[in-house]
Amino acid sequence: MITELGHFALILACLVAVLQSIVPLIGAHKRWPGWMALAEPAATAQFLLTAAAFAALTYAFVTSDFSVRLVTLNSHTDKPMLYKITGVWGNHEGSMLLWVLIVALFGAAVAWFGANLPPTLKARVLAVQGMIGVAFFLFILLTSNPFLRMAVPPFNGQDLNPLLQDPGLAFHPPFLYLGYVGLSMTFSFAVAALIEGRVDAAWGRWVRPWTLAAWIFLTIGIGLGSWWAYYELGWGGFWFWDPVENASFMPWLIAAALLHSAIVVEKREALKSWTILLAIIAFGFSMVGAFITRSGVLTSVHAFATDPERGVFLLGILAIFMMGALTLFALRAGAMQAKGVFSMVSRESVLVLNNILLAVSCFVVFVGTIWPLVAEMAFGRKLSVGAPFFDAAFSPFMLALGLILPVGAMMPWKRAKLGRIVRPLVPVFVLALAVGALAWAMQSGRSSLGPIGLFLAAWLMMGAAVDLWSRTGRGQGRLARLTRLPRADWGKAVAHAGFGVTIAGVAAMMAWQLEDIRVMREGDTADIAGYTLRLDSVEELEGPNFLSTTAHFTLMREGSVVGTMHPEKRVYPVAQMPTTEAALDNGFLRDIYIAVGDPQEGGGWAVRSYYKPLANWIWGGSILMALGGFLSLSDRRFRVAAGARKVPQGVPAE
Amino acid sequence: MKRLILALCVIAAPVFAVQPDEILDDPALEARARDISSGLRCLVCRNENIDASNAELARDLRLLVRERLVAGDTNEETVAYIVDRYGEYVLLSPKTTGANLLLWFAGPIMFGAGLIMAGVYLRRRATAPEPEIARLSADEEARLRDILRD
Repeated sequence: MITELGHFALILACLVAVLQSIVPLIGAHKRWPGWMALAEPAATAQFLLTAAAFAALTYAFVTSDFSVRLVTLNSHTDKPMLYKITGVWGNHEGSMLLWVLIVALFGAAVAWFGANLPPTLKARVLAVQGMIGVAFFLFILLTSNPFLRMAVPPFNGQDLNPLLQDPGLAFHPPFLYLGYVGLSMTFSFAVAALIEGRVDAAWGRWVRPWTLAAWIFLTIGIGLGSWWAYYELGWGGFWFWDPVENASFMPWLIAAALLHSAIVVEKREALKSWTILLAIIAFGFSMVGAFITRSGVLTSVHAFATDPERGVFLLGILAIFMMGALTLFALRAGAMQAKGVFSMVSRESVLVLNNILLAVSCFVVFVGTIWPLVAEMAFGRKLSVGAPFFDAAFSPFMLALGLILPVGAMMPWKRAKLGRIVRPLVPVFVLALAVGALAWAMQSGRSSLGPIGLFLAAWLMMGAAVDLWSRTGRGQGRLARLTRLPRADWGKAVAHAGFGVTIAGVAAMMAWQLEDIRVMREGDTADIAGYTLRLDSVEELEGPNFLSTTAHFTLMREGSVVGTMHPEKRVYPVAQMPTTEAALDNGFLRDIYIAVGDPQEGGGWAVRSYYKPLANWIWGGSILMALGGFLSLSDRRFRVAAGARKVPQGVPAE
Repeated sequence: MKRLILALCVIAAPVFAVQPDEILDDPALEARARDISSGLRCLVCRNENIDASNAELARDLRLLVRERLVAGDTNEETVAYIVDRYGEYVLLSPKTTGANLLLWFAGPIMFGAGLIMAGVYLRRRATAPEPEIARLSADEEARLRDILRD
């Protein structure tokens, strides 16, 4: 019964979305306040109905109602409660339901917090958001209904893919979707502005928090996914340039570009048409991501529920929205006159360069991702494009971005004297070069990757510090002023430093990781990077829905015990899948990583151990970037802009 | 059939990539083998190199690479040997020949084009006259009065 109510709520939500996408649009055109105002209750109702549908599905999962097909396919009574809940979105249908829930949530958020938006813009934004909602509601209802029943319910379910039964991956999709779908909000703002025929500083200010929020969520989502791959796949890789990873990385890069160009729109009223174009493309890439994951066009480790019919439907949605928005863009782009005047050496110019680098690096990822398809269809060549290509073709742009970032961050608007900007940065640059040289001298190989990475990281981190310090002015009390700087300034410095931290982690891990593969019996020891691992014992254990072979290791350094580590090999009998649970000894400067493999014929187990320098910096940097975003988002300027009513501040001082 | 292979690749996997018994005694040769392996694709897997893959086929390829190296082949000869048998598809880093040049130069070409367009735009902005301040429309005037009254 509850399941049917959920289904019904979803259909109602779809109908409400249809209303929401038509009535306010007409209202805004005819200037009828009543019709425009319909958008707000419609957005709220759409959200509540979708939430009800989502709750109904969650209820079916929590109570293990195996008469629902989706629950049978993806759940099991023995599964821990956490994974019963996360199982709701651990499959195609449920994840699409989560997707529309977030579409509706963002629309409702605009209705609730957008009090200071001009009524026509708000009505149009909500109407466009409604259209996106309609497209995905129809997609779910017509091709991927999560509420289908089984004719004969089985006694138990088939269990969730064990790889997904993990805290890192359980929360990876919601964050990623918040990011993907958050970009639908910037898309709606862009299209609404095009219909309105007007993009000004105020538009830049309204759209920026949404972009920032989407970018933060994408950062967290991608970080979680990469962290999961690191400890779950058994050899400590953190990024594979897999089509689906690229699908999440492309919107991230474009969102980062959009974030910066929207600042130019807000502060200087320039780069308007480019910013609109980025906003459209960013959501385009989000939908490409959905298409790649669900159509099976590109084989990937993540692809799930691959189905040509769904693929075609998604491609249709993508085509309609992109062609519609781009046609509108072509018609209206001419009306968007830039206002700001600025010289070649100015913050505007550097942000343009930032945008070129980010957009081109995204383009490289895009071309690399679809090239196998293009080559096969156009030239009849069956080929692969993998990590070596991306490492070579993508990295130079990130290197250039890192090099100009600290200089650009300190550049003033309108016009600048390069000499004056560079002066405070010279000592930092020299120091960073010294860090790189030191790394070069200390490493054993001749690879330039590690030293360049550390140089860049030091340059970015110290550059961010110099930028922050330079904002405190001169003379006494600079330290006190540092704490009172706007949060946006802190956010910028923290996020830029975070970028450096991630670069350090990636470079160090790729350049200097050590590996040891061997057969170990109980009592054997292995040496790696000055540490000694001793295999104490191996035992068979039983988990709630899996069997585990757990090995117990003692980690020692120079004779003293550092800690114990317990890597596991699990088998999930219901899903018939083995997983590796690596053991990690986390440290600030290094991780020790052990994965245990199969028992060997002559006795003993295959054991892989790794020394991974600066591993945690990769995710530490992601956390810093997201934190920087949050700091900016919490800046007073946004909160005021977001419609907080001004409280009278007593008598103005005369 | 393809789907079945993919499924088997995941389910029947021996959970491990490079096995201890595969490793060559000569560390220099082994390092070269690892280097080559990371550039070759496991044909039955999804976008994984043979060095990280658990599939049986990946293991066969790893052993083949090592065999060729022990037999005295150079890195290039070993890769060529495998490409001859399994096709261009095994290369994770596509060859820089023919149409693939488009792939390799897409980034630099786009970057160049971006710089030129940006240069034109920036020159225009640098020499543009200061804009006039736009007047508010009647609606906006009304809204402004409304806001100021608060």
